[in-house]
Amino acid sequence: MILLQLFFEFFKIGLFSIGGGLATLPFLYDAADKTGWFTHADVTNLIAISESTPGPIGINAATYVGFLTDGLIGAIVATLGLMTPAIIIILIISRVLEKFQKSSLVQNLFYGLRPASTALIASAGVLVIQNAFFVISASGISVQIPHLILGVALLIIVNKVNLHPAFYILIAAVAGIVFKL
Amino acid sequence: MKIYLTLFLTFMRIGGLTFGGGYSMLPMLQREIVERHSWVTESELADYYAISQCTPGVIAINTATFIGFKKSGVLGGIFAALGVAFPSLVIITIIAAFLQNFADYAIIQHAFSGVSVCVCVLIFDSVRKLWKNTVISKSTTVIFGFVFILSAVFSISPIILVALSGAAGVIIKTLESKNKEVK
Repeated sequence: MILLQLFFEFFKIGLFSIGGGLATLPFLYDAADKTGWFTHADVTNLIAISESTPGPIGINAATYVGFLTDGLIGAIVATLGLMTPAIIIILIISRVLEKFQKSSLVQNLFYGLRPASTALIASAGVLVIQNAFFVISASGISVQIPHLILGVALLIIVNKVNLHPAFYILIAAVAGIVFKL
Repeated sequence: MKIYLTLFLTFMRIGGLTFGGGYSMLPMLQREIVERHSWVTESELADYYAISQCTPGVIAINTATFIGFKKSGVLGGIFAALGVAFPSLVIITIIAAFLQNFADYAIIQHAFSGVSVCVCVLIFDSVRKLWKNTVISKSTTVIFGFVFILSAVFSISPIILVALSGAAGVIIKTLESKNKEVK
């Protein structure tokens, strides 16, 4: 019974959180209050774990909370619950797009959407840059020089050597450990 | 059948190498989906991201479903989405079961400080690639500028920005074709 509830709870979260994994967090706090399956502290711990593991944050959140609620099965059910509305909605949109792909209205729509999409990703990038290079504290904003040096070095490597992105990430992780960033 | 397995495995690799939100998946998608497999084009990727940000659900799942569907229909979409979620399921379950204080280890914190720097550099590089394919004229440059400032400085919701830019695209193109007719 709890599995069905778990699926439904995450189905709802998947349906109402728009704009990516971070948007699921308020819903998770809400679900913690309502169900008592997990605590606010669990959600906070989950954010820390999510930031230091691979995988989309929303999926990590569902798996973690699902596991706390009902073990491995709980993790699977919560994750599938979160994914189901997204998959259904996107498949419907895909069908519609496929049908009207050639229409000039859709093409014109995308003419405007594409640069906007690039801009939105660039804007998210600004936030990521803030978190990676700057420390904001009571005494003001300070730049983390070692991080900046690593960033410049990586930028040069990325432009000079064409590797799979995973290699750059590995290099950065090793550099982080060696220089204790 | 083989294509579904390929989709699942490709997206499994992408999910396992994505650190952070759906945006950090972009460099992996460009490499694996656009350059290696040519399943979708750079511009189509931009379309999917635009729609994924205004529809419910995790951006990574939405984008994976789009690409899977484009490649091989409904089942393709489902397999791609399952693939992207699979590494999270395995890794987070292991951490939740055995390593509750995983994020507190100094070595993990140092490694991920490095990784977050790398994610910045990779997103920068991805945006540059995307820019070449999507910002292709005066009007698209203006749209980029407006959306970037409204989003980065004023934190206006992506839903509003995407709706406005879509409308702008239609208006600009309609005016352009009218102008041509007059000439």
